[in-house]
Amino acid sequence: MSQILPAIVSILFHGVAYAMILYVVSVGLSVTMGLMGFANLAHGVFAMFGGYITVNLMNDYGVPFLPALVVAVVVVAAASVVLERLLYAKLYNAGEIEQVLFTIGLIFMSIAVTKFLWGPSPQHLTLPDSLKGEIQILGRSFPTYRAFIIVLGCVIAFSLWAAIERTRFGARIRASVDNRRMAKSVGINTDRLFSLSFALGSGLAALGGGVGAEILAIHPAYAIEHLVYFLIVVSVGGMGSIRGPFLAALLLGVSDTACKYLFPEIGAFFIYVALFAALLWRPAGLFGRA
Amino acid sequence: MVLPLPLTRSKPTAESPVEFMARSHRLRWYELLPWVVAAGAFLVYPSYLALGAQVMIMVLFALSLDLIMGYAGIVTLGHAAFFGVGAYTAGLLAVHGWGEPISALFVSAAVAGVVGAISGYIVLRTTGLTLLMLTLAVVSMLNEAANKAGSITGGADGLQGITLQPLLGLFRFDLYGRVAYIYCALVLFAVWLLVRLLVHSPFGRSLTGVRENLVRMHAIGAPVHRRMVTAYAIGAALAGIAGALQAQTTQFVALNVMSFDLSGAVLIMLILGGVGRLYGAFLGAPLYMVAQDMLSRLDPVYWFFWIGLLLVMVVMFARGGVLGVGDVIWHRLKK
Amino acid sequence: MRKLKSLLGLSCLAGAMLALPLAAKAAETVKVGLILSYSGQAAASVEEMDKAIRLYVKQHESELGDIKLELIRRDDTGPNPDMARRLAQELITRDKVNLLTGFYFTPNINAVAPLATEAKVPVVIMNAATSSSIRLSPYLVRVSFTEWQQGYPLGQWAAKQGMKNAYTAVTDYAPGHDVEASFSKAFSDAGGKIVGQVRMPLKNPDYIPFLQRIKDEKPEALLMFVPGSKDATAVMKAYSELGLQQAGIHLVATQDCVPDDELPNMGDVAPGVVTIGNYSVSATRPANVAFVAAWKKEYGPDSVPNFFAVGAYDGMAAIFDVVKAQKGKIDPDKTMELLKHWKNDNSPRGPIMIDPETRDIVQNMYLRRLEKVNGKLANVEFETIPMVHDMWPKLNPETPAH
Repeated sequence: MSQILPAIVSILFHGVAYAMILYVVSVGLSVTMGLMGFANLAHGVFAMFGGYITVNLMNDYGVPFLPALVVAVVVVAAASVVLERLLYAKLYNAGEIEQVLFTIGLIFMSIAVTKFLWGPSPQHLTLPDSLKGEIQILGRSFPTYRAFIIVLGCVIAFSLWAAIERTRFGARIRASVDNRRMAKSVGINTDRLFSLSFALGSGLAALGGGVGAEILAIHPAYAIEHLVYFLIVVSVGGMGSIRGPFLAALLLGVSDTACKYLFPEIGAFFIYVALFAALLWRPAGLFGRA
Repeated sequence: MVLPLPLTRSKPTAESPVEFMARSHRLRWYELLPWVVAAGAFLVYPSYLALGAQVMIMVLFALSLDLIMGYAGIVTLGHAAFFGVGAYTAGLLAVHGWGEPISALFVSAAVAGVVGAISGYIVLRTTGLTLLMLTLAVVSMLNEAANKAGSITGGADGLQGITLQPLLGLFRFDLYGRVAYIYCALVLFAVWLLVRLLVHSPFGRSLTGVRENLVRMHAIGAPVHRRMVTAYAIGAALAGIAGALQAQTTQFVALNVMSFDLSGAVLIMLILGGVGRLYGAFLGAPLYMVAQDMLSRLDPVYWFFWIGLLLVMVVMFARGGVLGVGDVIWHRLKK
Repeated sequence: MRKLKSLLGLSCLAGAMLALPLAAKAAETVKVGLILSYSGQAAASVEEMDKAIRLYVKQHESELGDIKLELIRRDDTGPNPDMARRLAQELITRDKVNLLTGFYFTPNINAVAPLATEAKVPVVIMNAATSSSIRLSPYLVRVSFTEWQQGYPLGQWAAKQGMKNAYTAVTDYAPGHDVEASFSKAFSDAGGKIVGQVRMPLKNPDYIPFLQRIKDEKPEALLMFVPGSKDATAVMKAYSELGLQQAGIHLVATQDCVPDDELPNMGDVAPGVVTIGNYSVSATRPANVAFVAAWKKEYGPDSVPNFFAVGAYDGMAAIFDVVKAQKGKIDPDKTMELLKHWKNDNSPRGPIMIDPETRDIVQNMYLRRLEKVNGKLANVEFETIPMVHDMWPKLNPETPAH
């Protein structure tokens, strides 16, 4: 018992922290795919730029952590709207294949651009002193930074849920996910809705990239390296939902951590087997609505 | 209309179905162009034969994907699974004393085909993102399995010690890649004939039907799932041949033959050339590989940017790939 | 035919043309194919290597007289043996290179080795550190280091400090396996006990779970190996974030965990960590002081060389020496004879030589402690183990080919 309990606590704590980052980055992708039917493989690019901007502002301009995050989120969200209007919008009616090709192209370009601007090395976050070290919870010590991430992730998840379920904007999004043509015909400006939710999703990704820079290291190949995990969250969670990706991220984060902790030899293999089984059992995602 | 265009629904014509089938199956002069180019390249660029052999292997690989994606309409991110199975089969055969290359090709095709049939039977019940993720899961599982079975596959360090007997007992695989080039060209030619026969057969037509109108195919009582699994297995077997060729010509197999990256790369090549028209592979693979070769030479550090820009441009301005653009120009000219 | 060639080949040849020497009429031209992973996961470390190569050429070009040394760079994009092999094949058949060099990743050199034998092209390995690779061809020589050179003395040292039990955590590929095997062998031969081991996947987003497990197990010593660059900082930060040091777990590691150029990124990680390696930028040997000064003059005060850079720098030194010795007329077998007996008493990392039996590097290994020097982290050398041979060939005698 003395062995088992600490192990469970360790796995849950680190698994949930990891899950929160996956969730914050991926939830925007879930909305994009559910709302616009757009297979945006380049979603991680927004997270990566969020991370780069945060780190850059902090290290080179001495901006504190939280303001740097805010700037990163605003800049990335604004830039993403421009991209959405100029390029993405032209492809909403194109096939899956074109969307995949286009977004892979964006990933490739982002690799070169970040390498040009910031060099090939990974960027490292210098945490503010308040997030360094460890805190004591119930007689055990945990890294403060990860505890902060867990709290932040839960706050974001709850706010999103409230925004989608309790506001007019959320009602419009839900309506458009369910039936885009009907939503349009009852007078919802779907174009503007798309832009807004795209910006929101990208902004959240930027936040995830910035906050999570110590867990998912920021480097030029970020968008492609973590793509599979983002896609797992979306597909297992069910597209277009807010709750689904949250549960899927928790499942992925905790089981991934548990595998590394308990059975490091078969870790990655188990994740893919689980993905395979989950999607065969529930093709629309474990928490999808279909 | 001159090109047989599987992408556009066939217009009602006066000719009988038999005439239509025969007409579309007739060999046209431009279908021989790739082979003229392949022979010409052998004579003109003797020092580019290694790249040439690689290009032909990728053409074969993209062709196998075209059968699955272009004709049967199955979008997959895991096609490299079968390339990898073929490569490891051929590699392991050669390491354990079966150095005869041609018979090894058949064995590799059979093993990859069986893996394709089994995984296809399971995953082809789904569509869209779920299917993408399932195919991705298959390739990732196999990759991890190969990684963990280090004592058999060499794991992350790669499978070493592949020694091949001379081709037909006569031609040794040489450093300049002459034999490898001719070998790849002949195998590609044989596979091309086979695929051509297949897509113009009633079976191929029914695949196009599945892609174009699934509901109607169900309605007329076609065994849709079985057709798709069959196509998937054939595509897998052909991809296995491509993988086996790769293992034999480079005499080395590494984990990246069975990766998400390679699945993505072959998808890009096919889309660049044009999907569902048999010749997209012949244009897309060389275009992508030569572009990559040149760009990485001119700009070894930032060549990714130019490849990415090329992809974005193709989607924005050249939908349907090179062949799609060709169509547009052709139709403009005809007007 | 000629017309056809010029038409078809215009685009393809454009790339090749750029590589042609401008001064084609120089007395002798030596072509060296340089295959490194300029893009992909190791790009940062490879950039260090390329900087070292450029620096060496700049410093020593005049010594070649009218011999023209042409470096032809190729990007193998990461652990990508098919591509490395094709590039090597093209460099040999198309560009007719006299020597090949570079090679960051073990699988890549392993795939190229048979070509070196077949084409009789000497290869100077500038990094790939798996012991067994060198046996794959008689035309290979290694100037960097092997993991056995690090792990074995490190295991002996840890046991000598009185550590009784150790946990090993290494990345799951050949160099990691080498570190694990060499450390475990030396440590248990000296009376220590390996209480647990874990192999962490090569593609790995987060080290925390592995280290948390080790923290919960509380071993006395933790041996760690990860590939340099991005993983180094990640794993060191995880070590300090989880408070393993405060929990009384002594980290002993290879230099791969603390590359000098990564230290500024590591923040306040665990001072006192002991590592073993063949090079530290803070070493005070005159040759190193001069090397670092030249480096900073060339690439700015914030840029520092690391052990990857030194491997590349000494690799160029070996190549320059064989070119000079043969006056630019490269004969493969004579080159191999020269390389097998090559030595440099005054490398930035101290005296080095090639063991003619194994064609592998022999060099000092240094035990270093991570300390703050003038407010910055540095690997301070505190013990030298002179002229270390690779132990692996002795423990694994070559079996005759079957």
